Amino acid sequence: MDILAQLAGGFATSFEPLNFGLLVLGCTVGLFVGALPGLGSVNGVAILLPITFFVPPTGAIIFLAAIYYGAMFGGAISSIMLGIPGASTAVATTFDGRPMALKGDAHKALVAAAVASFVGGTIAVILFTLFAPPLAEFALKFGPAENFALMVVAFATFIGLSGDDIPKTILSILFGLILSAVGLDIISGQPRLIFFDLPGFYKGISFIVLAIGIYGIGEILWTLDSSKGKVEIAQHKVGFRLVLQAVFDLRKTWRTMGLCSLLGYFVGILPAAGATPGSLMAYGMAKSLSKNPQNYGKGEINGVVAPEAANNAASTGSMLPMLTLGIPGSPTTAILLGGMIIWGLEPGPLLFITNETFVWGLIASLYSANLVTLIINLAFIPLFIWVLRTPFAILAPIIFVLSLVGGYAPGASMHDVWLILVFGIAGYLLRKLNYPMAPAVLAIVLGPLAEKYFRQAMIISHGDVMTFVERPLSAVFVGAALVLVSMPIISALKRRRSLV
Amino acid sequence: MTAVVFALLSAYLMWKSAELPVGWIPNKGPAGGAFPFWLSLAMLVCSGWIFVRALRGVTPESQSKDLFMDGPTVRLLAMAGGSLLAALILITFFGFYVAIPFLFVFWVRVVGKRSWATTSILAVSVPVVTFFFFEIGMRILLPKGITEPLFYPLYQAFL
Repeated sequence: MDILAQLAGGFATSFEPLNFGLLVLGCTVGLFVGALPGLGSVNGVAILLPITFFVPPTGAIIFLAAIYYGAMFGGAISSIMLGIPGASTAVATTFDGRPMALKGDAHKALVAAAVASFVGGTIAVILFTLFAPPLAEFALKFGPAENFALMVVAFATFIGLSGDDIPKTILSILFGLILSAVGLDIISGQPRLIFFDLPGFYKGISFIVLAIGIYGIGEILWTLDSSKGKVEIAQHKVGFRLVLQAVFDLRKTWRTMGLCSLLGYFVGILPAAGATPGSLMAYGMAKSLSKNPQNYGKGEINGVVAPEAANNAASTGSMLPMLTLGIPGSPTTAILLGGMIIWGLEPGPLLFITNETFVWGLIASLYSANLVTLIINLAFIPLFIWVLRTPFAILAPIIFVLSLVGGYAPGASMHDVWLILVFGIAGYLLRKLNYPMAPAVLAIVLGPLAEKYFRQAMIISHGDVMTFVERPLSAVFVGAALVLVSMPIISALKRRRSLV
Repeated sequence: MTAVVFALLSAYLMWKSAELPVGWIPNKGPAGGAFPFWLSLAMLVCSGWIFVRALRGVTPESQSKDLFMDGPTVRLLAMAGGSLLAALILITFFGFYVAIPFLFVFWVRVVGKRSWATTSILAVSVPVVTFFFFEIGMRILLPKGITEPLFYPLYQAFL
């Protein structure tokens, strides 16, 4: 009852005219920032943080959290409509969202993404409200060994469940990990892998560069190749009736939505993981639990629902350690945390006692942000569909410009723009040779963290590799990874036996 | 074939990683270059695996008799790649606001054969929107090369 009373107080705070106005504005800005390739919630929150110094802290955090939320919804829009993930969190959404759009089911994919995001977000906020303290305590037990083992599970998911050629998947992961090691060594600070002594490599290779190269430029080249330049995207009218019908059709996906929301929320809480691995793991889980895993990657609606439910759930989950422990669960929450310190708040368990209005106002605004973004998103689906009607000769330069500008903007470096061209061409050629590219993108995002946790774990254990199996939690993760990797081997053996 | 390229790349990456110590520092774990070095070695092994599979013809690609790319496709892709390369060179010397209209004129007018009206609307409106969104809204200055002085009055008016 205590929680309900506090939540009611929170709603009163979040519905104050200024706060609610900021919420709607934040959701709208977030949707667009998320939909733009190259700009994700991190960029939106970071760039708009200075603006929030003019409003009280509660309004400020509501605004930024709404951007964060809106961007989680928005990332799916460009994944589905253009085949370019708007943010790393929406990478998994392209796998099935893009094929659906090409089949003429863009509205279904967009509705599925919006509703799944809403369900994922709402389930996560409810869990957040009820079970915050015990879960945070559990995640706090994770040391570097557990965090590293968790990442191994993420990679193993790809090897075990993707169904792609196994050595090529492994090669893709390794290549992404090596790219992530470019730049300054995280522990000794020495430069490494500075190719041709170009100064641009000192700051490393951002995942955005690889993702825009592969999913922006590479995608256009792929489309040109597969269509021989004669792209006419399926034209169809979408009214609100079709949107409503699509919402109704989603009742078949409730199981995926529920499970992936839970998974996403839990992964989001872990300081290492966050929304990107959460969404990729959810995709893998949905595929492995499905009765028709062969449909995944070809426009399966559950393949859109799973990552979208998970990434919204994870973004809420990642706020949990930020609020309760002062540890950010994702880059975006790290910036939010920085903001809170500037506003004069001290993040940590004390916040729940000293700044109740702030905490519960934020939690209540997460409920409303979910609903507001869903409404804005559904209302604009016909507009997003309109984007698909654009002829290819117009769409191609728009995507090129977005890719080039989006690649330049985060690092303000022409070096990155050149790399995008290189990765775009290489990504296209490799895709033609059946090398899966998603594992490389996952690996470049997780690479720096994986290396850091591995080396921290090694330093703590004085170089004893057994630490990963001696610690119980980490042993569980390692075991799960082994099971995942051995799955395709076992099924291959079974197949061989059945042939004999 | 690709596997051989990857194998060579792996070997290069191993050599490049080995600029830093790749061994094990007692009680401290792996040294700076170790992570990329051992990953590159694993990549080399993996390339070998792919190569062997291709030789034995177990993958669909190695059994396929189709041409990797036919003439028209190569021309189309060369056009796309060429226009991007040209755009990047234009950005380096003349900035984004010369390169963006170039891309639109090339694709909409030359490739898509749309009217000059459509072409010019896009070639003018996209850079304007880009300018106001990125430079004024987001405060991210895009490179302008030698056209930079032309933007001074705009900076004064809006920034």
